[in-house]
Amino acid sequence: MSRPMQFDRVPLSARIGMAIILAYVAAALFGPFLAPYGQTEVAGDQWTPLFWSQPGSDGDVFFLLGTDHLGRDLLTRLLYGARNSIGIALVTTLLAFAAGVGIGLLAATKQGVVDQIASRSIDVLMAFPSLIFALMILAVLGSSIPVLIVVIALLNMASVFRITRALAMDLEAQDFVDVAKLRGESALWIMRRELLPNAMVPLAAEFGLRFCFVLLFIASLSFIGLGIQPPMADWGSMVRENASAISFGVFTPLIPAAAIAGLTIGVNLVIDWLTNSRSVGNEA
Amino acid sequence: MRHEKMDPSCGEAVLDIAGLNVRARSGNHWHPIVSDVSLTLRRGEILGLVGESGSGKTTIGLASLGFARTGCAFAGGEVRFKGQDLLRMAPAARRALRGDRIAYVAQSAAISFNPARTLMEQVIESVVDRGTKSRAEARADARALFRLLHLPDPDRIGDRYPHELSGGQLQRVMAAMAMLPRPDLVIFDEPTTALDVTTQVEVLSVVRELVARFGTAAIYISHDLAVVAQLAHRIMVLRHGRLVEEGETRKMLAEPQEPYTRSLWAIRTFAKDSLPASDVLLEVNGVSASYGSLKALDNVSLTLQRGRTVAVVGESGSGKSTLARVVTGLLRANGGEIRFSGETLAASAKSRTKLQLQRLQIIHQSADASLNPLHKVREVIGRPLEFFFGLTGAQRERRIVEILEQVELGAEHLDRLPSEMSGGQKQRVCIGRALAAEPALMICDEATSALDQLVQEGILKLLTRLQQEQQISYLFITHDIATVRAIADRIVVMHRGRVVQEGPKDEVLAPPYPPYTKLLLSSVPEMDPDWLDRLLASRKQAVSDKAVS
Amino acid sequence: MIALLIAKRLGLGLVTLFIISLIVFFSVQLLPGDVAQAILGRTAPPEAVAALRTRLGLDLPAHVRYLQWAGGLFQGDFGDSLANRRPVLDLLSERIGNTFFLAAVSACIAVPLGLILGLASAIYRRRPFDHATSLAALLAISVPEFLTAYILVAIFAVELGWLPAVSMVQPSQGILDRFILISLPAATLALGVIAYILRMTRAAIGNVLSSPYIEMAKLKGVSPYRLVVRHALPNALSPIINVVLMNLAYLVVGVVVVEVIFVYPGLGQLLVDSVSKRDIPIVQACGVLFATAYILLNLLADVLSILANPRLRRPRGGV
Repeated sequence: MSRPMQFDRVPLSARIGMAIILAYVAAALFGPFLAPYGQTEVAGDQWTPLFWSQPGSDGDVFFLLGTDHLGRDLLTRLLYGARNSIGIALVTTLLAFAAGVGIGLLAATKQGVVDQIASRSIDVLMAFPSLIFALMILAVLGSSIPVLIVVIALLNMASVFRITRALAMDLEAQDFVDVAKLRGESALWIMRRELLPNAMVPLAAEFGLRFCFVLLFIASLSFIGLGIQPPMADWGSMVRENASAISFGVFTPLIPAAAIAGLTIGVNLVIDWLTNSRSVGNEA
Repeated sequence: MRHEKMDPSCGEAVLDIAGLNVRARSGNHWHPIVSDVSLTLRRGEILGLVGESGSGKTTIGLASLGFARTGCAFAGGEVRFKGQDLLRMAPAARRALRGDRIAYVAQSAAISFNPARTLMEQVIESVVDRGTKSRAEARADARALFRLLHLPDPDRIGDRYPHELSGGQLQRVMAAMAMLPRPDLVIFDEPTTALDVTTQVEVLSVVRELVARFGTAAIYISHDLAVVAQLAHRIMVLRHGRLVEEGETRKMLAEPQEPYTRSLWAIRTFAKDSLPASDVLLEVNGVSASYGSLKALDNVSLTLQRGRTVAVVGESGSGKSTLARVVTGLLRANGGEIRFSGETLAASAKSRTKLQLQRLQIIHQSADASLNPLHKVREVIGRPLEFFFGLTGAQRERRIVEILEQVELGAEHLDRLPSEMSGGQKQRVCIGRALAAEPALMICDEATSALDQLVQEGILKLLTRLQQEQQISYLFITHDIATVRAIADRIVVMHRGRVVQEGPKDEVLAPPYPPYTKLLLSSVPEMDPDWLDRLLASRKQAVSDKAVS
Repeated sequence: MIALLIAKRLGLGLVTLFIISLIVFFSVQLLPGDVAQAILGRTAPPEAVAALRTRLGLDLPAHVRYLQWAGGLFQGDFGDSLANRRPVLDLLSERIGNTFFLAAVSACIAVPLGLILGLASAIYRRRPFDHATSLAALLAISVPEFLTAYILVAIFAVELGWLPAVSMVQPSQGILDRFILISLPAATLALGVIAYILRMTRAAIGNVLSSPYIEMAKLKGVSPYRLVVRHALPNALSPIINVVLMNLAYLVVGVVVVEVIFVYPGLGQLLVDSVSKRDIPIVQACGVLFATAYILLNLLADVLSILANPRLRRPRGGV
């Protein structure tokens, strides 16, 4: 078993990652207070570039990131969009995690028939390409937020299940779990005090990974018009709305796209550190 | 017949290490693992490197090839092979010597072979790559070596993959691989440590024969002095990366100079007095158990008395660990019964009473695996106190410190994690955890096997003292005869799931012996350089006697 | 022994395909609410809804409908499009070639590049080359495809004007024209795949390189080149095959978004359009096609993995 992690030796890349994540969380929480304009306020010309300043009704108006296809301040839209994009992705991931960890632990501890049924069903679920499945459901039920959350959570639950089950079975085989069983400890106590603490790091890494998948998935769906619908601000649909700017040589759609990328890069940097530190700690 | 040793002082110096320093990195700082070690090895000479874990012996063995593991670096000194300094050579030149003039035999053959390629390919690889021999020649030579090493089916064994052979067989193939290019120097790194004693004898004898036949210089690394004494002309004792003592084998065994050296061989001067019988605590009657279709225990019976120790001894596959699992209830027996304190124990631990679980405790072989890496000592020992006796708060704290004292650990360990303790300390914590439950019976499943000799002795003394003070019974499972001699009151010899012999220590360890017991006892190396010769001679005699009759 | 293992896996694959067909069919037909109503909207007159129901065969029992549909699949009859009444098969055959072409070109670029870069970064571990490629790969897998696509368009189509921003391939165009038109979408797909294959190959080979038998080979004086090729690669083969095939499966799905970005006339774009228009027969047909390709690739990965494992090829018989 590996040593518990040493937090004083966090590499630079992971620190940068954590700083990025913090910045995004702040944007999501305090966005509306930081936004210079209203969510739907049309204050300038269409597709103005970065750091644009133009005369307005009340003196000069300034757009840090320019404006979108309707003349709304892009920064404002991004900040409001942060809540939606990050919030929905987070809820979906939490749901997937709750289901995946729950069923995974059940399958690992009960074993036998319960395990077989759960594993086979998950195998079938994983055999299906997620995007196609999502598209099919959306074709019939439409792209409402609840449908999106439930479908995407369902699709991502499979991977969480696999990891939890593998971890739980691996940990269960450890001698210290045998010692607890031989003492007569309840299954719940064993799960809480012996298994879960040792599974924290890999589960955290998996959470980050799922979050990124979900964020990108929803963004892609919104981008092709089947995800979060306007007028709700969401980074993916913002890219879609402003896509035609490219043909005019204006790079506005790259900004919300970069916002998405920024968060996933930050999370991935932290995940890389989490997954690598385990193996480093195993030096004999 | 004892082979005549060449007079080593006449040969040329094959290996000359002077003032070797090696350091290893953990995190951001370096610490020395070998300090100022020098040795000289001549043609035809065998040098034994003896030491406990952390003594640096493997590092020195690897250094003789000019190799340092990842995380280690050479920090001074010279390693001269036939005059050339390996440490300052061009990498290509160094590589040319390895596998050709200098060979290495690793500790675990099973993991040292590439699982995706056949054995023959790997055995002839270095020789053929260099063009020293043609492929056909190399194959023929390899087969001859296989025959010499008494491997089964020598002409076709090369076509097999590593996973198809046993540990002892793989070790011999590795020896063949090392000797194929007729190197000038071979490093044997604990080649028999992972093997059963009976297999070890076979491997030892062929290794000795090979080295003598080809006149190779050899370094033999081991923690077991008795084994090294069978092969080496000279012995070097190492500790914490430094040389403790060096000398000719016989002389060193007869008159060791340093106290540390003496302590190495005085292993198990400690022996408990045999105690008379007392009332029965545990009865195992005709127990059988299997893993799927594989029968692991076959009609096993034994008795254990209050305050006494029963040693269950056997080699790998004997079923001794399975016995422990069945007694504790982790594995259901499919035949027979177990009675503890007059009550029949349920086959599965889940169905046993709390009192039964409390009175029966187990100590595992690896303290690393039996301690949760995230639990501090306070929790490890405190939990059983809380669980069985409802102790909390200051009362619990006091009791924890008491138990730590009993296992000879100070209160400073309370807030430590397993990763911050040594192997011996961790095992003491495990014993403390078992003691906290106030058990009547402790099953020690190879509890000392993973520890260094001196540490082992400490633990055994501790266990004996606890037995005297608290009348605890031990079911001590081990493969080590010396341990058995030291602490057993009764002995159970197991082989392939069956009990071969059971009885009081003095009876079992005295003739007449059933055949397996005889084999087992005779295979344990003794601290006498002529032991192997005598054993091989007597076995040969027995075979020819049988042939005649 | 091993034949049995493979047969088992194939059997499992067939069962999975069957179950997938069930899912494709019923997920669309058995969802809450009336399908016909959902398609036409709440304001549609009841007669229109009834007519649609009959046309869709929704008044027949479920298993009959399923068997009709599944039977039709085997005969190449995927039904008719609700939007324009053309046989779905025609629509599919026009576009399947395009999608396959795009996926194949992307794979041919990405797989070799990914493998070579992954191999190189495993060999030169912890050196600048490795740090650089690992970072680049991390960035590539973190960004959404449309960002990659738009960056490429911004550089190569808008600024430099070398390549077209939109890939509306016509059936009449020659091979060279086609290559130029799909260059940016193929590049977009390829970048993602290269990044994944790079990371996983590096991990697989890195894992193998830290094995004890590699150390043993070094101690035998095996040359670095032979070390990698003869000792490391055969053992990394199984995980690498897995990685490659997994990524091919990913490609199958990745084309969907890319086709939409570049307005490429392939199956992906057809699927997305049909979803917005709620053209169920096309959605089902595309669903089955994509899912089958995906499953077959995963199946191939598993079978090849089994074959590449010497332990399974020659079980321990003992000597």
